[in-house]
Amino acid sequence: MVHILSGAVSLGLLWAVMTIGVYITYRILNIADLTVEGSITMGASIAAITMINGINPYVSLFLAMLGGMAAGLATGLLITRFKIPPLLSGILTMIALYSINLRIMGTSNLSLLKKKDFSEMNTVYTPFETLGLDRNWAAIVVGLLVVAALIAILYWFFGTEIGCAIRATGNNPNMVRAQGINTDTTVILGLILSNGLVAISGGLIAQSQRFADIQMGTGSIVIGLASVIIGEVLFGKNGFLKRLISLALGAVTYRVIIALVLKMGMPANDLKLFTAITVAAALALPVFKEYLLTLKKSVRAGE
Amino acid sequence: MLIVNGLYKTFNAGTVNQKEALKNLSLHIEKGDFVTVIGGNGAGKSTFLNCIAGVYPPDQGCIIIDGINVTKLPEHKRAAVMGRVFQDPMMGTASDMGIEENLALAYRRGQRRGLKWGITSRERELYKSLLKTLDLGLEDRLSTKVGLLSGGQRQALTLLMAVLKKPKLLLLDEHTAALDPRTAEKVLGLTDHLVKEYNLTTLMVTHNMRDAIKHGNRLIMMHDGRIILDIRGEEKRKLTVEALINRFGRASGEDFAFDRALLS
Repeated sequence: MVHILSGAVSLGLLWAVMTIGVYITYRILNIADLTVEGSITMGASIAAITMINGINPYVSLFLAMLGGMAAGLATGLLITRFKIPPLLSGILTMIALYSINLRIMGTSNLSLLKKKDFSEMNTVYTPFETLGLDRNWAAIVVGLLVVAALIAILYWFFGTEIGCAIRATGNNPNMVRAQGINTDTTVILGLILSNGLVAISGGLIAQSQRFADIQMGTGSIVIGLASVIIGEVLFGKNGFLKRLISLALGAVTYRVIIALVLKMGMPANDLKLFTAITVAAALALPVFKEYLLTLKKSVRAGE
Repeated sequence: MLIVNGLYKTFNAGTVNQKEALKNLSLHIEKGDFVTVIGGNGAGKSTFLNCIAGVYPPDQGCIIIDGINVTKLPEHKRAAVMGRVFQDPMMGTASDMGIEENLALAYRRGQRRGLKWGITSRERELYKSLLKTLDLGLEDRLSTKVGLLSGGQRQALTLLMAVLKKPKLLLLDEHTAALDPRTAEKVLGLTDHLVKEYNLTTLMVTHNMRDAIKHGNRLIMMHDGRIILDIRGEEKRKLTVEALINRFGRASGEDFAFDRALLS
């Protein structure tokens, strides 16, 4: 059980990086960006292929990030320059990335085992594993370090002039333009940042599970949204720093919930259905509340 | 200061919904002028202001502000020299951000934005003293989200944001139309005060004839995409609602039928 939990927490922390990326588009820019489904796989593909070609695992993560940023740029250009609706722009990039990722990997699945003797390649987790930590705990330590660093960087960034402009863009683009800010630029910047993070997450996941797979991004947007919403519901929406921390907690909580329902005997094939229903229910919460309130009022009026 | 020459704008050209909003509109405004713009629904007032602001490009004609031809400049570039307040109190501010954050966004209008802090503590003092002049108690609520303010408070804040960088041109698009009469009165008073204090060149669209007469030093009336009346100086000071209605009838050859204007 401890092993299951530590596995869930480690996975949650690696996906937390992706969750922060989803938060930037979904909550800050007010765009549901489906690019992430492709950019998370892209991060994994780039990390895997570069490591197989002998590149240092840290550098491979950096290259993965660059790939994700390029994907974000593509979606950003589709939205701003070509005026394609955000949802469709994301879908287009996502579909394009499927082929691009296959080209990057050259196959649909890459293993991070050495060809010679099937021993494991060095990853960003190796230093902690050599300290005597098991795989899950090594991933938890790395995950914590990365998430903490990202929260600090993003907390700073969204307090800067550019960061404020990006936040305002999702809020009221008309006002932002009236204040002399090019909203095309802020939208593109937000998408680049978001997808860069998502790709880092993909690279971290690939290194942790020791393979990259073309299918690994499927449904990832829903997992990201579920994590964002769980974080908001459980840990509140007040204060930017608290919100960033709640994203990580939300991602971990999501994984723990999944681990528990699987442990309780839910077939793994039903996972995505379960996640979709959870997210739909959470998003529908305001409507339910409204309905209950009017019901209450009408009952009271009837008395 | 502002020169508008031969402006044309047609919406939905070539469809059944074709609407010629501006037809050969020209206007010269001197530095320091406070021009009120009045007209019925569909007269083209808002379209005119939006063309100046760069929300959409005119089909023909040119717009020159302080000697610079801005006709082809995008909205965000023109914003450097313009302050704007909109009819909808929601339009002018970012509701999920704090009062000080909104002011800080406006304080950097026309400047390159970089990785410096979005607000400095020195600015906070400035904002506090400016908000104090509004007399709405906002100076103690710097970090309150703007979404929690009333419509009147938001319009007052938007007005302050619009004048913060001493714009060459202040554009007010029926900025009191969504407010209750008492609040509208207050915001108009504040408008007069700020325009005078910063000596701003101002274009104020309104549907309220009394306001159009009471404020500013020049009044233009629009009808069907054109300027049909241009009253200034002594004549403007002596203007009454009845005289304005009469002159409208003579100028347009139509009965005066601004329902909204008559009622208010």
